[in-house]
Amino acid sequence: MSDARVATFPEGIPMSPVPTSPAGDAVDPVTVVLLLPEVLGTYGDAGNAAVLATRLRWRGIPARVLTVGWTDAVPADGDLYVLGGGEDAAQVLACDRLRDSIGLRRALDRGAPTLAVCAGLQVLGTSFTIADGTRVAGLGALDLETRPGGGPRRIGDVVADPLLEGLDGPLEGFENHGGLTELGPDAAPLARLREPARQGGAGNGPGGLEGAVSDRGHGNVVGTYLHGPVLARNPVLADLLLTRAVGELPPLVLPEGLPTATAERLRGRRRVCGDVRSGARRRAGA
Amino acid sequence: MTLRRPARLPVRARAAVVAARVVSGAARRAGRHGSVIGGRVATMVDRRVLARLAAERTVVLVTGTNGKTTTTSMIARVLGGAGHEVATNHLGANMPDGITTALLDALASSAGTAGSGSVAVMEVDESYLGEVAAATDPRVIVLLNFSRDQLDRVGEVRTVARRVGDAVAAHPTARVVAFADDVLCAGAGFSAAAPLWVSSPSRWNGDAGVCPRCDGPVEHAGVRWACSACGLARPDGDWTLVEEGGTATVRGPDGTATTLDLQLPGHVNRLNATFALAVGAELGVEPAVAAGRLRDLAQVGGRYRTVTRPGGTTRLLLAKNPAGWAQVLDLLDEGPARPVVVAVNSREADGRDVSWLWDVEFERLARHPLVAAGERAADLSVRLAYAGVGHRLADDAVAATRDTVGDVDLVGNYTAFHDATRALT
Ligand SMILES: [Zn+2]
Repeated sequence: MSDARVATFPEGIPMSPVPTSPAGDAVDPVTVVLLLPEVLGTYGDAGNAAVLATRLRWRGIPARVLTVGWTDAVPADGDLYVLGGGEDAAQVLACDRLRDSIGLRRALDRGAPTLAVCAGLQVLGTSFTIADGTRVAGLGALDLETRPGGGPRRIGDVVADPLLEGLDGPLEGFENHGGLTELGPDAAPLARLREPARQGGAGNGPGGLEGAVSDRGHGNVVGTYLHGPVLARNPVLADLLLTRAVGELPPLVLPEGLPTATAERLRGRRRVCGDVRSGARRRAGA
Repeated sequence: MTLRRPARLPVRARAAVVAARVVSGAARRAGRHGSVIGGRVATMVDRRVLARLAAERTVVLVTGTNGKTTTTSMIARVLGGAGHEVATNHLGANMPDGITTALLDALASSAGTAGSGSVAVMEVDESYLGEVAAATDPRVIVLLNFSRDQLDRVGEVRTVARRVGDAVAAHPTARVVAFADDVLCAGAGFSAAAPLWVSSPSRWNGDAGVCPRCDGPVEHAGVRWACSACGLARPDGDWTLVEEGGTATVRGPDGTATTLDLQLPGHVNRLNATFALAVGAELGVEPAVAAGRLRDLAQVGGRYRTVTRPGGTTRLLLAKNPAGWAQVLDLLDEGPARPVVVAVNSREADGRDVSWLWDVEFERLARHPLVAAGERAADLSVRLAYAGVGHRLADDAVAATRDTVGDVDLVGNYTAFHDATRALT
């Protein structure tokens, strides 16, 4: 994500720069570690890291995104970790690469807040089986197992009611995956889909549960099938992860010059978006 | 209307052609799209009608994620100038029915000029290359690029690229012209025995992390790329686009250097023109002659069209995925910081999922006055806010351009672009 910028409205109203650290340069920025976006980044999920860092900056807390590329070591001392989605081959590749990472192992062991989306969720599980039947050992940070679902991929915009304390109001996102995920005793579901049969997605599988939260240790690993990116569409979930990382959050001070409706969404007071059928109506009623 | 070709077609095919003509005429009179219905009906009457229609033509097929329509139009121009009769699906209907319809239309309008020198230049949807190539026995197959586009509809891009590679392997007599800088595209191109490679500096490598041959990790250094597991690497370009100090030169395999002078803007169109020169040379058109034939091309199906309105002009641009946007951002970087209206929809043809907006570097629009519009304007606005780019919301993209003084760019994804094109006609 870019640093502070001054942009100008068509009307000529200047947009205020993103606030920087009140304490000046002496403060170490909060580090959001984005893992392997070149293999786990085909669904825009890198945006989750940008959302986390930007929401800290909008609160006057210096923050940065540290991108870990294929040949980079994973730092053990990051403040938050983000994994995205990817196709089968990319997922196997990412899993092989991350399984041997001492840095990531240490970060997960000490309970660093971590968001893992889709392929990322499966990689952090105990194992997953890809379409050709190969079973791959995961990192075991989430007690869950994924098998091929057979039949069509589960694709579509979904709305789900959170089952995690600290989240109120529905979560939403775009699902696009083939695997069925079963949670073990040490994982709890993140949410439950509303009327899964009527939506394109199906959550983890039969029963309409969505995502997983580790029940072991610190409970700071959150997995989900929701794209969007999920934190852009659900700012409340972003703030929950940030709270786990840095404690109570100062109030959000948004840049000036944002459309009012957008500012409301960024504050988490309105749903960020909707599907094409309801989106226009919702805007018209704004 | 003189009908020459049906006389040489078998009875069943002739019946198919007649049926198609009746139905598509009716569809056009009723104001419906005649661009696919004729082909659909003809195929119902004669399953092999596409093969029969293509049989006496030299066929060029163009596929890839972005740039199909523009490159097809350029190749048709390059080949058409040679006095050949050229059939092309200029309406952009790029599945088998649309291609059949375009060949039927050419049959109706050729009035006897079609013969052994006639050519068909067809853009083909990536997912249908195998089917269309099997029917048309192409002389040239052009592979432009493969990147994420409407994942929820066409499936994973690697699967799409692999199937394209299979189609290429099934047609060993076709000359393949493929983009060397794009990992997936090169992976498919290597399925041919002797591909011609097109190369140029490219800024997009977002879908290139995994090797298409062995699933190993692909590493990038500038425009070069290589798989560290199996050694698959970017091939050297046979046709290379070199851009220096405002001059674009296409270097050919035999040492020719041709300067491009295009009305169409941006690096992307200079690259499309490089493909057109390569295909032209393969079919006997000198690069300098080909470049001359591209000079006057000012718009393609409304893309890049500039419309005059009270108080200024509006230029229409299409960008429907991150790779397409990267090209549009390059194009906008070349010009002044004029206002930009961005319109995003998520209808069936656009793909329902708009998470791709987060793979677009909207930060690069910070110097432009900006308006977010379209049915997913709210999502776009959130994305722009996180990018630190000031903007306002508008209900209607075209109305927003009218509210602006001076020259404006309107960038839409698929249906948003076509809505704007219609509104500005
Ligand atoms: Zn390889």
